[in-house]
Amino acid sequence: MKSGSNLEKVLSAGHFAVTAEIGPPKGGSGRIVESKGEQIGHAADAFNVTDNQTAVVRLCSLASCAILARMGLDPVMQMLCRDANRIRLQSDICGAVALGIRNILCLSGDHIKFGNHPTAKSVFDIDSTQLIQTVKLMRDEHKFLCGEEVSGEIPLFIGAVENPYSDPFEWRVHRLAKKVKAGADFIQTQAIYDIPKFARWMEEVCDAGLHEQTHILAGIIPVKSVGMARYMRDYVSGVEIPAEFVRRLEDAKDVKEEGIKMIVEIIEQVKEIPGVHGIHVQAVGWEEIVPEIMERAGLLPRPII
Amino acid sequence: MKSITATKPLEEIVDSLGKARKVALFGCGTCPAMMGTGGLEQVLEMRSNLEGKGFQVIHDEVIPVACEMLPYEAKEELVKRARAAEAALVLSCSLGVRQVCSYLESIPVLPALNTLFIGVEEEGGTFVEECRQCGDCVLARTGGICPVTRCAKSLFNGPCGGSVQGKCEVDPSIPCGWQMIYDRMKALGRLDMLMEIEPVKDWSVSWHGGPRTIKLPE
Repeated sequence: MKSGSNLEKVLSAGHFAVTAEIGPPKGGSGRIVESKGEQIGHAADAFNVTDNQTAVVRLCSLASCAILARMGLDPVMQMLCRDANRIRLQSDICGAVALGIRNILCLSGDHIKFGNHPTAKSVFDIDSTQLIQTVKLMRDEHKFLCGEEVSGEIPLFIGAVENPYSDPFEWRVHRLAKKVKAGADFIQTQAIYDIPKFARWMEEVCDAGLHEQTHILAGIIPVKSVGMARYMRDYVSGVEIPAEFVRRLEDAKDVKEEGIKMIVEIIEQVKEIPGVHGIHVQAVGWEEIVPEIMERAGLLPRPII
Repeated sequence: MKSITATKPLEEIVDSLGKARKVALFGCGTCPAMMGTGGLEQVLEMRSNLEGKGFQVIHDEVIPVACEMLPYEAKEELVKRARAAEAALVLSCSLGVRQVCSYLESIPVLPALNTLFIGVEEEGGTFVEECRQCGDCVLARTGGICPVTRCAKSLFNGPCGGSVQGKCEVDPSIPCGWQMIYDRMKALGRLDMLMEIEPVKDWSVSWHGGPRTIKLPE
């Protein structure tokens, strides 16, 4: 075991894993994080906490993950390169370990332009691939980037993200290979709606043998309104929502119910795609729906290892 | 290569002049003249704008190359002409402002322009930033296209997930730097080079350690 995290155990045992996202509040209430953990803690194997997602200031991922760890849940700490240099990043990695966090997700981060402090200065001292390498260096070689020794163990299960829908499409699998080479133990993808395109990408992933070197978790974003679907279709870069998906929501009498039905269908299809080892559910601002979706997708109860 | 500049809002300029009423104006006959931000025409326009705000412009001139040190006589002449000024306003990039500062030591020397970037003219009238002068050039490994400058996140192992149809997620008018790098390396038959993970960068030679200086050997 690299980290001994629940997520690592579930994946190593060959189960179809479920991770779910918990969005931290815009303030200092740890109780909000706790209550979300209480609400959906039984419905997934591990819980991502976003790191100032879309460049909007929120309760930090490190503190939120520590709260979840204290509750006995398995947090995945998301860590961005946008807001911190290599000194802060490595320091927070040590901090995460000290607070019982065992999974980390390395990202470059949404551009500051999209957030609530668009005049801030972004850092990008290192990039996401280099951050993956850094965590692996600390974990496996007990070294900081400067070459000095890290005291004690850094047992972290290392995650990364990939977007099968962005361009150049023919380069995406190679970029994934770079992240795997850098040390990514698991991959959470951008939201999957266009199944055939995702399946094509997964075929390339498997042809390259990457599904045996890393665990691919397909990104799932439940849609609860027509507006949200249209917004994601029109404004979220790298998300492809098929016209039929939006049409079904538009025609539905009960939009929420139809949204859940479609997401369950997507999960069922994704499960059948060779090489997919799990799903990552991002129910942004709608976390309470996760148990119902998991129940209806036949993914409850979660394995206890 | 040009120093690309843009005129500051008049209110900001007026504010920076403070209590000074007698002003000397300096333009630059090189990059700002070509950009239309600091040539003769813009200096005269600034003169009339300032006079409209109640300032007295006691001298104006366009220095041929404002960033270059003037010869001794020319410098003495400039100082003499600006003698009665309570402030100098320079329509050039920051390098010209610095140079005029060195001539006029007893009065505030203020910028009328924002210095945006070092750029090249891509097509008529369109200037684009190609280099951030980071001090450790990676162009050999990226097909001659700079990821520090061209990628909105300065990624070294791009492109990120926001690259769609060759455009950057930050603004659809910005070409994705990593798509450009990919296309170029593909054309060169060297995509294998992009499979190598670019190691963390040495920023110590960059812009975070105070002003960088080089002394040529004698």
